[in-house]
Amino acid sequence: MQKYYANLAIAGVVLGVAAVFAPMQAIAAEKLVIVTSYPPDTTVTVGKAFTKATGIKVEMLKKKTTAGIKYLQATAKNNTSDMFWASAPDAFEVLKGDGLLQKYTVKVKGIPEKVGAFPINDPEGYYKGFAASGYGIMWNTRYLKAKKLPKPTSWKDLEKPVYHGHVGMSAPSRSGTTHLTVETLLQGKGWKDGWAMMKNIAGNFKTVTARSFGVPDGVNSGQFGVGIVIDFFGLSSQASGFPVEFIYPKLTTLVPANIAIVKNAPNKKLAGAFIEYLLSPAGQEVLLNPKIRRLPVNPATYAKAPKGFPNPFKDKSIGSAVKFDLQLSKSRYNIINSLFDVMITYRLDDLRSATKAIQMAEKKQMGKSNLAASKMIAEAKALVAQVPITDAKASEKSFNKIFKKKRKKATTKVTGRQAEFEQAWDTQIKANYAKAKTLAAKAASM
Amino acid sequence: MKIFSRSNWGVTTLGLAIAIFLIAFLIIPVATVVVVAFQDPNTGELTLINFVDFFNTSLFQESFFNSFYVASMSVVLATIIALPLAYFTTRFNFGGAALIQTLGIIPLIMPPFVGAVAMLLLFGENGSVNLLVSEWFGFTIPFMEGLNGVILVESIHYFPFILINLSAALLNIDRSMEESAQNLGASGLRLFRRIVFPLAMPGYIAGASLVFLKVFDDLATPLLLNINNMLAPQAYLRISSIGISDPMGYVISVILVAFSLFSLWVAFLALKNKDYSMVQKGGGGLMKRDLRPWEKIGCYAVIILILGMVLSPHIGLGLLSFGTIWSYSALPDAFTLEHYERMFSIAGPFISNTLLYAGLAALIDVILGTAIAYIVWRTGLAGRKWLDFIAMGAVAVPGVVLGIGYLRTFVEFNVPIVDKPLASWWVIIVIALAIRRLPYALRACTAALQQVSVMLEEAAENLGATKARTVRRVVVPLMTGGILAGFVTSFATASVELSATIMLVSSESDAPLAYGIYEFMQSAAGRGPGAALGIVAVLIVGIATYASHRVIEHTEKKRSSGGITVAEQTGAV
Repeated sequence: MQKYYANLAIAGVVLGVAAVFAPMQAIAAEKLVIVTSYPPDTTVTVGKAFTKATGIKVEMLKKKTTAGIKYLQATAKNNTSDMFWASAPDAFEVLKGDGLLQKYTVKVKGIPEKVGAFPINDPEGYYKGFAASGYGIMWNTRYLKAKKLPKPTSWKDLEKPVYHGHVGMSAPSRSGTTHLTVETLLQGKGWKDGWAMMKNIAGNFKTVTARSFGVPDGVNSGQFGVGIVIDFFGLSSQASGFPVEFIYPKLTTLVPANIAIVKNAPNKKLAGAFIEYLLSPAGQEVLLNPKIRRLPVNPATYAKAPKGFPNPFKDKSIGSAVKFDLQLSKSRYNIINSLFDVMITYRLDDLRSATKAIQMAEKKQMGKSNLAASKMIAEAKALVAQVPITDAKASEKSFNKIFKKKRKKATTKVTGRQAEFEQAWDTQIKANYAKAKTLAAKAASM
Repeated sequence: MKIFSRSNWGVTTLGLAIAIFLIAFLIIPVATVVVVAFQDPNTGELTLINFVDFFNTSLFQESFFNSFYVASMSVVLATIIALPLAYFTTRFNFGGAALIQTLGIIPLIMPPFVGAVAMLLLFGENGSVNLLVSEWFGFTIPFMEGLNGVILVESIHYFPFILINLSAALLNIDRSMEESAQNLGASGLRLFRRIVFPLAMPGYIAGASLVFLKVFDDLATPLLLNINNMLAPQAYLRISSIGISDPMGYVISVILVAFSLFSLWVAFLALKNKDYSMVQKGGGGLMKRDLRPWEKIGCYAVIILILGMVLSPHIGLGLLSFGTIWSYSALPDAFTLEHYERMFSIAGPFISNTLLYAGLAALIDVILGTAIAYIVWRTGLAGRKWLDFIAMGAVAVPGVVLGIGYLRTFVEFNVPIVDKPLASWWVIIVIALAIRRLPYALRACTAALQQVSVMLEEAAENLGATKARTVRRVVVPLMTGGILAGFVTSFATASVELSATIMLVSSESDAPLAYGIYEFMQSAAGRGPGAALGIVAVLIVGIATYASHRVIEHTEKKRSSGGITVAEQTGAV
């Protein structure tokens, strides 16, 4: 018995000693620390190329975009990170607003002002676009073939009954890129029609995934057939060998993916070197790697792209249909998240069954001229499409404050609580969906 | 009894030290997060209005009901899985009982989110099984539809808690109890129902309450299966979204904590006023007997069926790690070793970090667990129950909440020698893991201690041993099985923990395995290597578990054959 304890004690000491020494080595070398939302396929590939070109070591710190922001905010007083590297420009706007970024002037030449209708760099110089991203539709070819579904070519296609239960998407509150997709749809179609279309598509949803990568993952493995995703998810899945295809529908926007230097970065100089490398011809070419597949912002790089690779600098139809208004998006950021969750994410079952009922009714009444029935169907559709607030209200400053509060300023007076509003919306939406379902069922039986 | 006798001083100091540790690393960080739930979102004043909102919101009512339903059903399913495995392997002479027990524990050492990925590929609506079923019979089975999926994944993942605790309890049952019952004419199922199972109750309740709590709090599985209408995902989604400093996420956290504490209290009540201790450590538990041939076939059939189900996530993960492209088909298109090649080129630091963090955390856990169990059950220290409640309360704190709390509390606290904020020093990960897994170790240690009769200690003291010596030479050795079970559970589960670590990893060289797997799983080309890394994790922790199981068996055997007496153990002879 005694020997047993002696062994245990020795094991403990060894563990302890190892514990003290192991991380010591890690601290020794100076490294560039980058907080990023990108997967290792991107970070490792780019990081290795950068280290090879400059000899500077890089440490990638993987966080979800939202978690990355929280992390930088929480550690701001004792910052150890040098850079923030992610897709959604909104995320950089949040950090900029909090004074957590610092300006940088790029030396590399050859990057145009705009891609699609969107300026590549932050006009104030806090963050830089290094690649462009557009939103589109990807699908699993095996799935479509097995279920005998046609290939979708536009958002409108996804509203069709044939796709009922086959579409997947993430929620704007979970994923910055999904937020941009929803916002693009709303800006392109207008508040009312945009939401109506969004809900018609959502009525066909199989699921709302909790992570943005959940969508390509679901399509790749065949859990659902069609996904609404950011381009590189579709393109890199295809490049990895999955039986999937991707297209940009007409109504999409190209938005730069960005990089910025964090305020009080311990290694400012190395951070500058990283930006310069990323925008250099060599750095831009790395983006074409099959595992990454992002659209470079340097038009010259496309000469080296594989055949069929989309080129927004040549094909002007990509991402020019919508002039994306970043300020409008910012003015209602949290409201959009909340509305989407209340109306779609958390009421998906209700929405789905209402949509199904309407689709059935329309099929039954097709070719018949039953006025009362088509009136009921129209009414049911209007009920489903209803949004609790107007676009003017959604951008109202005082209303937005309810959804975005910083308790630090106790003087800012706000009336009402988010939970209160969400509950009121939920009651209304739930009743609407239920009523729409009964109306549609009635119309179908006529 | 004098209040300040020498041994009391020791106990008081120990109790205080533990209390300070718990306050610093559990209470304060959680309080910094929880306080938000009690603030008026508009003015910052203290209020209960947020709780009124919670109970008025239909979505939250629904979420609460769903969480409760999923947790309860998971306990039921987990019991159905664990009971035969525990009983057969402890009751009968079985070839490879250790192997079966180890295989049964393996689900714990796979991060639940990885398990869910594999289960979706196998049992999802368009997974292997349903593709085949629909091809042959033209219908699909909704294994993974909605809440079913969560229940299935959770019970397969967490049933080892019941298995591990129940097995330890069964091994500790005094053989003479069973013999007496048999002499009085009881046998078979009746013997099990009336004598064996009731005597093993502390172990079962310990395991079942852990399962309930873990499922109730679990975040990753429902999230991965895209189930939003449960409490933990609601809390997480609300806390982690940009810009929404909506207090509801924090309110849900408080509700989670409160409800979990409530169910612990219920479990505690269920065991109260019953004496489970046995004087004799009757030679290592239940009398084992040989099986008749037909019984053997039956037992093996049941065990193979259960193991097949339990190991399905691993089978799925294995296929994923060797497969090239697996998309809308029963099996991958082809097989390759490429993923392992890619994974091995970078897996080293992940593995060593994991062993280091989980090992240290588990060590801290069993030391604290044994100390707390002893203080609670064997001393009259004021406030000792609180120590137990607080330590167990850790089980009710969602990992995200703890992570955010640590970031908030320790970011400005610089560690002297390394000159780094404590929040970004790797040790904070160890502490977070230790706190998160302390309840497992504590339950195991408590159950073990409850089965050691006080009379043995009194006997030792009568023979002249001091309190400290009695603890060292009698109590701890008799608890070895439970302590090791606690170590294994803490170690195994800590090595796959993700929810708190994902907030605390501040540089990739400090990252553990689960973090690495999660990272890989976020890209199309990374699914294979991620799965390969998952398999490596399972193997490493599996081997460690198997080794410790052998140690338990070894000590059990030694004790039963040696016939060590109290006098011998205290060295009083």
